[in-house]
Amino acid sequence: MSDRTSDASNRAPSDVDRSNLDYGTPDKTYLDSNELIINMGPQHPATHGVLRVILKLDGEKVLGTECVIGYLHRGVEKIAENRTYTMFNPYVDRMDYCAAVSNGLGYCEAVEKLMNVEAPARAKYIRVILTELQRIASHQLWLGTHALDIGAMTPLFYTFRDREEILKIFERYCGARLTTHAFRIGGCQYETYAGFEKDVKNFLAFFAPKIDEYEALLTTNRIWLERTKNVGVISGADCIALGVTGPLLRASGVKWDLRKAQPYAAYSEFDFEIPTGVNGDTYDRYMVRMKEMRQSMRIIEQAVSGIPEGPIMGKVPKVIKPPVGEIYHSIEAPKGELGYFIVSDGSTQPYRLRVRPPSFVNLQALDLMVRGLLVADVIAVIGTIDIVLGEVDR
Amino acid sequence: MAEEVKTPAPPPPPQPQPAKTGPSGGPEGEKKPTAEKPAAAAPAKPAAPAKPAGPVPVPWTSPLVEKYRSQYGSGVDAQTYLGQNYLTVDRSLISDILRLLRGEEQFDYCVDITAVHYPKREKQFDVVWILYSFPRNERVRVKTQIADGASIPSSVSIWPTANWLEREVYDMFGIQFDGHPDLKRILLPDGWKGFPLRKDYGILQQDKEWVQINLGIESGQ
Repeated sequence: MSDRTSDASNRAPSDVDRSNLDYGTPDKTYLDSNELIINMGPQHPATHGVLRVILKLDGEKVLGTECVIGYLHRGVEKIAENRTYTMFNPYVDRMDYCAAVSNGLGYCEAVEKLMNVEAPARAKYIRVILTELQRIASHQLWLGTHALDIGAMTPLFYTFRDREEILKIFERYCGARLTTHAFRIGGCQYETYAGFEKDVKNFLAFFAPKIDEYEALLTTNRIWLERTKNVGVISGADCIALGVTGPLLRASGVKWDLRKAQPYAAYSEFDFEIPTGVNGDTYDRYMVRMKEMRQSMRIIEQAVSGIPEGPIMGKVPKVIKPPVGEIYHSIEAPKGELGYFIVSDGSTQPYRLRVRPPSFVNLQALDLMVRGLLVADVIAVIGTIDIVLGEVDR
Repeated sequence: MAEEVKTPAPPPPPQPQPAKTGPSGGPEGEKKPTAEKPAAAAPAKPAAPAKPAGPVPVPWTSPLVEKYRSQYGSGVDAQTYLGQNYLTVDRSLISDILRLLRGEEQFDYCVDITAVHYPKREKQFDVVWILYSFPRNERVRVKTQIADGASIPSSVSIWPTANWLEREVYDMFGIQFDGHPDLKRILLPDGWKGFPLRKDYGILQQDKEWVQINLGIESGQ
């Protein structure tokens, strides 16, 4: 308890920089308590990494927050400028390490677009299958940890047990479980292994009743309802103004998904729905993600039964040298819009590579969502935003 | 590091040696990224025949562009590259244009704000806004050039999401946004000196003084 962090949280309020905090007339409460400023994190288990939130409290009521981020900043964009396009490919897996496959898809498609080449149909199908499996895995990880934060421990064991089956498929496909580096610029590196389709179909059959199992634990659970209903409400208009995307936006009633709005890979060929919520609260976001897992299963089912024959690599030169120009390409990652803005000067290395991270932008809405709630709700709201600090800080 | 990577690489595959020279520009580039660019262009032979004539930007014509052209004249240039539209706007018009795009053209979602550094240019920085319109399902990029040390109007009042995005641009490039409610570093520590995504900031460079004082170690590497 004598490390620097606890020093920070124990220091007297007079040491805290108050210049940015609003000190108008304090809200009247029957407790007549003074405002308190405390640090949550950066080493707090419920902040999902190293997020530090400075809370301004009146008793247990949150008056305002400020996020301090950057503890995991590795300078991914600077690294990109000093690596070739091919060499940079594995680095993107380390941003949102819970959804490495999605990161890779966005990056590879962005470079392909910049080079004006297209991955062959077979590669696109394989990409869709793996990316949707990754979406399920990401949502499983979110559900387990989010429920654990709120106090329900059992879902964590269920989701990690089932996520293992997805990771096994990844491992058999490309040898890695988390930072997969599954795709290459122009297509896929690996052909599907013998029994890939069977494994995926087996997983679908295995997983369908498991979602019901998760729902049986939570959907009508009274404690779960109390902790999530009307907690962290955000309206659709606020989401758009704050650039919030992904399940948060959809739970607030905006039916928008990049897979439908601006289809990429092979998504235009599949039949699926965009689940939406009404209230924009933590419970709706939970329901949207549960439904999204079911929709992902629908997509995988269609894709795996119709993988076309053909090559898995498009016609890309050995040395990736996109012509001079710039491109912005984004995909619907499990957490929202993940975009890559790449400027090429015609050399083998990107002149500038910008990542538009969904977690970073979504986290900005935390302050709006938790004002007026209790400290315990901050935990629930951080969980429901579904941030990964590797992506927030890059 | 750079030599270790280079020496073991050529012996195992003797045939694709010419192809290997291209990527090896990467490790060398670690030392001096700006000076390495022309050298990397020298072994361009394998890539040259692949796509000699890439697509070029073509003028973008739409009612939106014509309206702004007639209103602002040569201050607005509109082009399309690989199917993506972008406006190059004069620095003095940027505030008006962004406001109009948000208000009249319904570009209600500011996807991203970023910058690109061109140290050899007189106006060193490109500031880029990536916008999206939910009603139109359409994207547009807005670019403007500003000199080092010059500031640019903040768009937080237009899109609240610009708050953190502009802070990151300031953090990485040192570009000032006028009217930003709380412009300070976001990813790097507050006392850090230097702006890492500028081209003259080396990849191994760091604020040694900050590291020594705050972390109590000699170097962060």
